[in-house]
Amino acid sequence: METLLELLVVIFLVTAGIFGFVGSFGLLKLNDRMSRLHAPTKATTLGVGGVLLASMAHSVLTEGHLSLHELLITLFLFLTAPITAHFIAKVNIHQFETRDSLPDAGEDEIWATHDIEEGPTDAETSKN
Amino acid sequence: MTRIAKRLLPHPHLTILLVIVWQFLVNRPTPNSLLFGLFLGLVIPFITQPFWPNRPKLRNWPKVAAYVLVVLWDIVIANIIVARIILFKRNADRHPAWITVPLELKQPEAITVLAGTITMTPGTLSADVSAEGHSLLIHCLDAPDTDAVRDEIKSRYESRLKEIFE
Repeated sequence: METLLELLVVIFLVTAGIFGFVGSFGLLKLNDRMSRLHAPTKATTLGVGGVLLASMAHSVLTEGHLSLHELLITLFLFLTAPITAHFIAKVNIHQFETRDSLPDAGEDEIWATHDIEEGPTDAETSKN
Repeated sequence: MTRIAKRLLPHPHLTILLVIVWQFLVNRPTPNSLLFGLFLGLVIPFITQPFWPNRPKLRNWPKVAAYVLVVLWDIVIANIIVARIILFKRNADRHPAWITVPLELKQPEAITVLAGTITMTPGTLSADVSAEGHSLLIHCLDAPDTDAVRDEIKSRYESRLKEIFE
């Protein structure tokens, strides 16, 4: 039983390591900004998930009771990862995309990020 | 009697969730932590009541569970697919693309869940929502056929969410 659990811990850790590596490697390898965002949001989920599963198995193995913190971390990760990705994507749209470079927004005609009144330029705000 | 219960317990599901999450945080559930979890579960929904005026009613709990399982499975698959694309596909062979997905969902909560699901699942990332919330802007890591991706999102996730929220 103990060897089996140890084997499980090892398998989870190795898988997590591989996916964590692929996520970081993707950041370097992919060649456009939006694609680079895919690597950390996806490959890393399984990377972190694997470490947490290994941690749970390890707590059963060494302390003899099931640690539940890891489940909460997984839950919070699944809730926050899409939101961070969304923020980064919005910054990218703000800085590098124009109304014409994005596809048609359907019946609303405009994407929310571009739906702003023309405010003062950076030069004007820094003067105040 | 039921009205008093409704005033004191405005959000019974949130109460249950808070009690469970508190047990997880404590890590070793005892009667003591259960009591304090119950206290938090009663007080927090009561205080935060003004923050969710028109929250949607979820009726179909088996469908919610089925949806969570489908998404969890897809997250694992998504990781493997994205890892394969990163490792074995040359950048020149990849077809990154923007896609517009027209939405049938109306509630902001349902759209938020859909956008989050899209980000966590194979090769897609929700980037923006249209000005009035009628379509989502999706970025695809590798999509030779954008129509197929759009149809899959609509049939696999949106139709399920429609059944859950409406």
